[in-house]
Amino acid sequence: MNFKLKVWRQKGPNVAGQFVDYEARDIPADASFLEMLDIVNEGLIKRNEDQIAFDSDCREGICGMCSLVINGIAHGPGKAKTSCQLYMRRFKDGDTIWVEPFRAITFPVVRDLCTNRSALDRMIEAGGYITARTGSAPEANSIPIGKVVADLAMEAAACIGCGACVAACPNSSAMLFVSAKVSHLGLLPQGQPERTSRVVSMVRKMDELGFGNCTNHYECEAVCPSEISASFISRLNRDYARAATRQAAVLV
Amino acid sequence: MATTLDAKIPTGPLEEKWQKHKNESKLVSPANKRKLDVIVVGSGLAGGSAAATLGELGYNVRCFCYQDSPRRAHSIAAQGGINAAKNYQNDGDSVYRLFYDTIKGGDFRSREGNVYRLAEVSVNIIDQCVAQGVPFAREYGGLLANRSFGGAQVSRTFYARGQTGQQLLLGAYQALSRQIAAGSVKMYPRTEMLELVVVEGQAKGIITRDLLTGKIQAHAGDTVVLASGGYGNAFYLSTNAKGCNVTAAYRAYKRGAFFANPCYTQIHPTCIPVAGSYQSKLTLMSESLRNDGRVWVPKQKGDKRPPDQIPEAERDYYLERKYPSYGNLAPRDIASRAAKEACDTGRGVGPGGLGVYLDFADAIKRFGEKTIRERYGNLFDMYHNITGENAYKAPMRIYPAVHYTMGGLWVDYNLMSNLPGLHVLGEANFSDHGANRLGASALMQGLADGYFVIPYTLGNYLATQMGKKVSVDRPEFKAAEQETRARIERFLSIRGKRTVADFHRELGLLLWEKCGMARDAAGLKEALQRIPELRQEFWEDVNVLGGGEEFNQALEYAGRVADFLEFAELMCLDALERDESCGGHFRVEYQTEDGEALRNDDDFCHVAAWQYAGPDSRPIRNVEPLIFENVKLAQRSYK
Ligand SMILES: Cc1cc2nc3c(=O)[nH]c(=O)nc-3n(C[C@H](O)[C@H](O)[C@H](O)COP(=O)(O)OP(=O)(O)OC[C@H]3O[C@@H](n4cnc5c(N)ncnc54)[C@H](O)[C@@H]3O)c2cc1C
Ligand code: FES
Repeated sequence: MNFKLKVWRQKGPNVAGQFVDYEARDIPADASFLEMLDIVNEGLIKRNEDQIAFDSDCREGICGMCSLVINGIAHGPGKAKTSCQLYMRRFKDGDTIWVEPFRAITFPVVRDLCTNRSALDRMIEAGGYITARTGSAPEANSIPIGKVVADLAMEAAACIGCGACVAACPNSSAMLFVSAKVSHLGLLPQGQPERTSRVVSMVRKMDELGFGNCTNHYECEAVCPSEISASFISRLNRDYARAATRQAAVLV
Repeated sequence: MATTLDAKIPTGPLEEKWQKHKNESKLVSPANKRKLDVIVVGSGLAGGSAAATLGELGYNVRCFCYQDSPRRAHSIAAQGGINAAKNYQNDGDSVYRLFYDTIKGGDFRSREGNVYRLAEVSVNIIDQCVAQGVPFAREYGGLLANRSFGGAQVSRTFYARGQTGQQLLLGAYQALSRQIAAGSVKMYPRTEMLELVVVEGQAKGIITRDLLTGKIQAHAGDTVVLASGGYGNAFYLSTNAKGCNVTAAYRAYKRGAFFANPCYTQIHPTCIPVAGSYQSKLTLMSESLRNDGRVWVPKQKGDKRPPDQIPEAERDYYLERKYPSYGNLAPRDIASRAAKEACDTGRGVGPGGLGVYLDFADAIKRFGEKTIRERYGNLFDMYHNITGENAYKAPMRIYPAVHYTMGGLWVDYNLMSNLPGLHVLGEANFSDHGANRLGASALMQGLADGYFVIPYTLGNYLATQMGKKVSVDRPEFKAAEQETRARIERFLSIRGKRTVADFHRELGLLLWEKCGMARDAAGLKEALQRIPELRQEFWEDVNVLGGGEEFNQALEYAGRVADFLEFAELMCLDALERDESCGGHFRVEYQTEDGEALRNDDDFCHVAAWQYAGPDSRPIRNVEPLIFENVKLAQRSYK
């Protein structure tokens, strides 16, 4: 298959970028999108041109490293997949394809299609954990957890932390990401002691880092490769409201 | 001169060794911990859990990874599960049984003391992870669920859907994040270790490159903990993440750390077959699928009929036929070789005849599609996405692929290398899996090393290092920095005609053919001839563009492939010198009448630990004899 690519090239964080045209020729239909870019890059190197920088590692949709906006959609067309899981058979021969980095103020471009998403780590550091000193844990089966609750916690925990939700949101909100962690830990009995402080600290950190508010566009849910449900955002809002009243009560 | 290594296994009965060792290990006072700097390379299960725990204990930790976040370490991709001897199923499991299964699975080429300790702490790992909020699968009554994995007849594998590695790593990552926020761990993402620094015979620091800016930096510490993962990507195509590399371990080897059993590589039986030369990696279909899937090929050579038109009587369920008591759950090395044999005899299926069927029709009939979807839905989706085929309707096609490396840097019972001050954890060391790793045991080992072993054993070294801090102004650091810079400049100045990937593909294919599932002396000698030539071609004709002081993915890749090009020789040399078959190391010359691996316990019941001897000299093969006090060496039987 052959494609025309329009790829965002940008030398570094502080210089202007632009779209550059490339031809992708003789691409096998079974190649993945990233393998297509590999082929284009090998061609560029042979012509002594700098390869297109893009992030990837596992290439099986779990590490969250790949992060492309393809034809205007974070992770490209199709439901519940990352950029690395997109296969060229999905496109038509001769298609023109636009490739850009994830766009958000909180994700500055570092080069071409790579961004700095460390703001996501900062929010986990603010409270996205359960304090459990190594070696101090009780016997694992001492607290049974109903399957329904455990399964729901797993659904939230499945977030791969890629940041597509932020890139897709018109407000660059990280509410889906934060709500997934707050729900995962808040649903489990082990997460109860820090439930209040966790939600408050994480939301505060999110605001401080410059992520926007959620105004119910649901674009996040639509692009999420792990199919994290936007209903977790409602759960977050409830937890946050509850936490605010509790904290007020403690302060009085 | 070759030396005989002492693993420093504590004396006494097997069940008491670890407790005794903990009682006798040296402690570091809280006030002194604050003064000690620990460098941890890697943020996977091993490095992440170690950095979090050591930070929590009060050490000053610096942790490095090449990804943009510690949460993305390759451990994240583990699917199937983690073993632990909890015996929740009441099916006869015990610490001893997990120990024995692991020793036997490793074809009697691992250390009794280490493996017993691993089985012992396995139960603490599950407790720890549940306390952190890891959402393991549960039964309706709320208790933890288990599944079976290869090489075991009990059900001891804990799992979180098909994303066990992800959930365990997120647990460790979150614990690490808590320490980062507390200031006890400083995290360096997108930073690659390119050199180990040795001062007066002790590992005292590393040289790193900031992948965003290209800045070369020296870091001095009181000890270095390497948890940099495995070297499966030497084969180019593997199930590993693209960035997995041998660089950190190989640089340590060149500075004096011994590399143990580099020829022990694991070829996983259930991966999606290779489809073309454009392919950048292979995808694993979790071994857990073998719980319900049945492996078969047509009985007849060259049978091109679609699977549903091949009647039952004309199918060869070869694992069930050859290994009736373990059936489809035979260990990985055995299942992989059996698949290769089926294809070598012309009965392989799919393009190129390099594939076998993994069939769920019976399981779907028995449990219904819904149950199968619940158990393996994400794997079936992944298969569909990659191949465009629906495995609920037609059997999956699978073929073995490089997956894991049992070999690694040599360590003693304290997880310390022969090079004092260097500790090695997780897949990067060699200690627990012998010649073949059982499924769901790597996650167990990584977390055992990081949460429950190194926090106790590190004190034995550090207690001797008070007041011996070194600074990065020492000439050893300056020299290592200089070498690192010179190497980068050399890459950038070649400006040849071939791409890095091109060399990597050629090396990978060579290793797969000569040092893969089956090896023989003639093939290994050919590889040993070809690798140095290929390396020379690389250094004359590779084309690495861009500069050193910028974000340059081509340069990162060139460094990793250059190390693979040296390391590959060590793999082949080790495979050639080990004149026996054991586990994943199958030398065609040494097999039983029915084609099973034939060990030579008289001459090879030992670990081979290779010592670097300079650029133009043959490395020295040191040995550590394996002493079995509790287990009787036997030919493995899964019949
Ligand atoms: C697809 C797949 C599925 C698997 N499934 C299972 C399973 O179900 N059960 C099981 O038990 N095992 C499984 N395994 C094996 C298991 O996942 C790994 O062996 C284990 O996770 C390795 O952990 P680690 O911490 O040693 O290394 P890794 O997780 O590989 O981490 C290595 C770390 O080192 C860093 N690093 C590497 N090189 C450098 C460098 N030069 N400089 C700086 N940092 C560096 C990386 O950034 C990373 O943080 C699977 C493996 C694969 C490939
Ligand atoms: S590369 Fe890991 S999710 Fe895409």
